[in-house]
Amino acid sequence: MAASFKDARFNDVRPGKVIAWTLLFLGGVVMVTPLLFMLSTSLKPASDVYDLRLIPARPTLENYLAVFEDGRFPGWILNSLFIATVVTLSNVFFDSLVGYTLAKFKFRGRYLVFIAILSTLMIPTEMLVIPWYIMARDFGWLDSYWGIMFPGMMTAFGTFLMKQFFETVPDDFLEAARIDGLNEFQIWWRIAMPLVTPALSALAIFTFLGNWTAFIWPLIVTTSAELYTLPVGLSSFSVEQAIRWELIMTGASIATLPTLVIFIVLQRFIVRGVVKAGLKG
Amino acid sequence: MATIELQNIVKRYGKAATTVQGIDLSVADGEFVVLVGPSGCGKSTTLRMIAGLEDITSGTLRIGGRIVNELEPKERNIAMVFQNYAIYPHMNVGQNIGFGLHASGLDKEAKQKRIRETAALLGLEPLLDRRPAQLSGGQRQRVAIGRAMVRDPAAFLFDEPLSNLDAQLRAQMRLEIKRLHQRLGTTTVFVTHDQIEAMTMADRIVVMRDGRILQVGTPLDLYERPVDIFTARFIGSPTINLLPGRLSHHGDGLAVELDGGGPRVPVLQAVQGTAKDAPVMVGWRPHDLVVDDGAAAAAEAVRLTGEVSVVEPLGSETLVHIDAGGSQIVASTGGKAIPKVGERISVRAPLQSLYLFDTATERALVSR
Repeated sequence: MAASFKDARFNDVRPGKVIAWTLLFLGGVVMVTPLLFMLSTSLKPASDVYDLRLIPARPTLENYLAVFEDGRFPGWILNSLFIATVVTLSNVFFDSLVGYTLAKFKFRGRYLVFIAILSTLMIPTEMLVIPWYIMARDFGWLDSYWGIMFPGMMTAFGTFLMKQFFETVPDDFLEAARIDGLNEFQIWWRIAMPLVTPALSALAIFTFLGNWTAFIWPLIVTTSAELYTLPVGLSSFSVEQAIRWELIMTGASIATLPTLVIFIVLQRFIVRGVVKAGLKG
Repeated sequence: MATIELQNIVKRYGKAATTVQGIDLSVADGEFVVLVGPSGCGKSTTLRMIAGLEDITSGTLRIGGRIVNELEPKERNIAMVFQNYAIYPHMNVGQNIGFGLHASGLDKEAKQKRIRETAALLGLEPLLDRRPAQLSGGQRQRVAIGRAMVRDPAAFLFDEPLSNLDAQLRAQMRLEIKRLHQRLGTTTVFVTHDQIEAMTMADRIVVMRDGRILQVGTPLDLYERPVDIFTARFIGSPTINLLPGRLSHHGDGLAVELDGGGPRVPVLQAVQGTAKDAPVMVGWRPHDLVVDDGAAAAAEAVRLTGEVSVVEPLGSETLVHIDAGGSQIVASTGGKAIPKVGERISVRAPLQSLYLFDTATERALVSR
C-alpha cells in the first residue's frame, strides 16, 4: 500500500523547501520554548521551580490564586490597560495627523521637519530617560499617569510609518473632497484616514504592545505601587524577599493573554499592513 | 448654470517655466467646451485653475460673472470628474454620490431623494449598496459623474475622464456624457488629449500648445480652417497629408511645385501674406484624397501617383498608404475596392480641398 502514501503534498518536496521548513521549525522552537517554560513554571509549586521538566510533576493553580489575592495585581493590569490605550489612541491620532501633513502639504522646510523627526529614531531610549526624568521632575509629573505616558504620546516611528502610507493615497481623492466642500481636517479624518486603515491597525498594535510591555521608563518614573504597570509590578515580586519565579511567571502568563487576544483579532490587519508597507512603503 | 471667463490667465510654478502663458477664453452658459492638446500643453492646469485646485498666478477668472480667483473650490459651485474617478473606496455607491451633497445643508430625506434621482438617471439604482471595488470601470466613472451631478453645480469640469476606459466603453461613455449635457444643459469644460473625443463632444474646441491657445472654434471650423500646421495635424483622423513644395506664378494664378518632381498644383484660393517662391506645405485630408477609379473626368482635380505600401481595410472604407515620390500619403477608397500592396495607383483630390501652410511660420496661407 506504499502507493497510497504518495500523497500530492509529498510530490513536490524539494531540498530548498526542506531546509526552509527546518529553519522555520527551529526558529519556532526558539520562540515558543521560553513561553512554554513560563506557562509550565506558573503551574509549579515554589519548591519545583528549578525542576526544569516542561510538564510539571505536581501541577497546581495556587500561584494564580496567590497573584490575585495579592490585591495589587488587578490594579497593575488596569494601569497598563489604561496607559497602553491612551498612548495608542494618542499615537493613532497625532502620528497620522503629522504624517499626513508631511505627506500631503507642500510647505517650506517640510523636508527639514521630517528629517528632524526621523533623526530622533537614532537615539536609544536609555539615553532619553535622563532628559525625560529631568523634564518630568521639573514639571511635577513624577509618579503620575501623565509622567508614564508623556514620552510616548507621539512617536517618530509612527509619524514616519503614517507619512509613508499617506503618500500612497492619490491626491485625486483629496481634491475631489476639497471640491465636495470638506475642510482640510475633514478631508484627513473622513477621506484619508479610512484609506490607510491597515497602517493604522499596524501602528495601533505596535504601540499597544510596546506600552503593555514597557518596563524601564515606568519603573523609573513611578514610586508608588498603585501606579505600577504590569511589568514593573511583576518585577517587584523579585525584590521583596527572594526572586519568586513562580509568581513572576504566573503574572507574565496572565499579561500575555491580552496581547494574544489583540494579535488574534487584529492579525489580518497586521499582516495586510506589513504587506502593504512592503509593497508601497 | 453659468458662464466661465478667463482673462489673461497665467500659471507659473516658482521660478520654473510658465505652464500657462496668459490665455483668454469665454465659455457661454450651457456650452460644452473641450480643451485639447498634447500632454504638457497646460490644459489640465487650466482646468485645475478653474476648479480652484491651483492658484492663479495672474489674470482674472470669472464664474457666473463673479471673480473667483481667491475663492476656495467649494465656494465656486463647480463639480469635477477626475481621470481615475476618485470615488471613495470605503463608501458604497449611494454614499459616494451623496458625498457631493456634503455641504448642501439638505436634510437626510431630501438627500436620499436626490441620490435616488441621480442614480436613476445614470442607471446606477441597482448598484447603490455596492462598493467601488465591485464595479466595472464604466460604472465607476458613472458614479464619479453622479457625485458631480447630484449637487446641480454651475459648471462641470472633466479632467480626461475617459482615458482609463477601453475603446468600446470610451465610445459609450462619450455618448452618455454628451446626452447628459444635452439633457441638463450645464456649462461644461472637458479636458482630453484625444481629438476624437474633442470632435464628437464639443460645441467648441480649444486647441492648446505650450501653455497657449492656438485656436478656438467649432469642430468643423477646426477641421476645415486650421490656423496652423499643428492644429491641422492634431484635428482629424487619420492625420492630414502634408507635402513640401514651393509657391510660384503660373499664368495669371499661383501654383505649388511639389518637391521631388510631383505635379504642379494650381492654387484657386486667395493666398495671404507670403513671398512668392516661398517654401510651403501643401495638405489634403485623407478623405479628400480618393483612389482614382479612372472613370471620372477629373479636370478640376490634382492627381498623385505612387506605390501602395500598406492597406488598412476598415469595412466602410479602406485607408491606402502610398509612397509617392518619397513622401508617404494616406488616401481613402470604398470599403470593397482594396488595392494590392506594391500596386501603382493614382489618387485625386478636388482643387478646393487643398490646405496650404507657410513652412517657416507654419501658419495657414489660404482661407478656406
